[in-house]
Amino acid sequence: MAKIRGAVTVNIARCKGCNLCVVACPTNTLSLQPSEVNDRGYHFAYMVNPENCIGCSSCALVCPDACIEVYRKRID
Amino acid sequence: MQEMEIKDIICEENKVYSKPELLEEVHMHYCPGCSHGVIHKLLAEVIQEMGLTEKTVGISPVGCAVFAYNYIDVDWVEAAHGRAPAVATAISRLWPDNAVFTYQGDGDMSAIGTAESIHAANRGENIVMVFVNNAIYGMTGGQMAPTTLIGQKTATTPYGRRVDLNGHPLEITNLMAILDGTCYVTRQAVHTPAAVRKTKAALKKAFENAMAKKGTSVVEVVATCNSGWKLTPEKANKWMEENMFPKYPLGDLKNTVE
Repeated sequence: MAKIRGAVTVNIARCKGCNLCVVACPTNTLSLQPSEVNDRGYHFAYMVNPENCIGCSSCALVCPDACIEVYRKRID
Repeated sequence: MQEMEIKDIICEENKVYSKPELLEEVHMHYCPGCSHGVIHKLLAEVIQEMGLTEKTVGISPVGCAVFAYNYIDVDWVEAAHGRAPAVATAISRLWPDNAVFTYQGDGDMSAIGTAESIHAANRGENIVMVFVNNAIYGMTGGQMAPTTLIGQKTATTPYGRRVDLNGHPLEITNLMAILDGTCYVTRQAVHTPAAVRKTKAALKKAFENAMAKKGTSVVEVVATCNSGWKLTPEKANKWMEENMFPKYPLGDLKNTVE
């Protein structure tokens, strides 16, 4: 059966750590960095469980700062 | 092994979503989680996808979105507080081929700019009015707006808005819907992925109406102001669902085009 795998990249400099992408993610892929911060002092988002990502773009749609890029690949 | 796979996925041919090119690289001044960012992104996407980049003129308001001209790479005019629809009227009449939109908050459209907004809609100007309603004056520090809900605490109503003292919340979008000049009046939100998709479709329809000279299109976006409401972004979204949506229900209020 074909499987869909996804991945996201976060523009760390733009991210403001608002947590909306983490809430929107249906597969618990994303989380905010627990201790690391960007230049502005925000705990930016990252893929804590990258194997869960299905590339649905939910996080990117709700991101107010357009800092998420989504990739999706079909693995046969 | 896992690392290799992720590197395989992240390449140009697999990209399904990225920042629209029209949205500038600069850091937006909005608070973390502010709905303005999503609405800017959707406007940039819609303008880009409709091929209106060289034809679009935006009128930015006074309010948090006053710097919208720094973020979306189209032509902009900054209007005096509340006068965006008047400026948009002039531009759309002088350059009828252009797609003209105003971007207004609740202070801009439903307080100081009520006359301009209602008369522009009543004249049926071929413009798009994007109305961001977060029930508070965000930029000046969270004072009561005309759209503030009954009982809502703000800087100027610390014990909650009272009808006997402050009057009723103003549903200006409903007022616009009964005017003959408007062709499309809708109320949307951007708190979930599904709502974001619907808002994008609404904005697209509004721009199509403006280009086809069908009349005024009003797209209200019920938004959050987590700083003004003193909540986290996700709690603000929940508060909006529980308190704003009963007063400002989502959906099309008028659509004479279809």
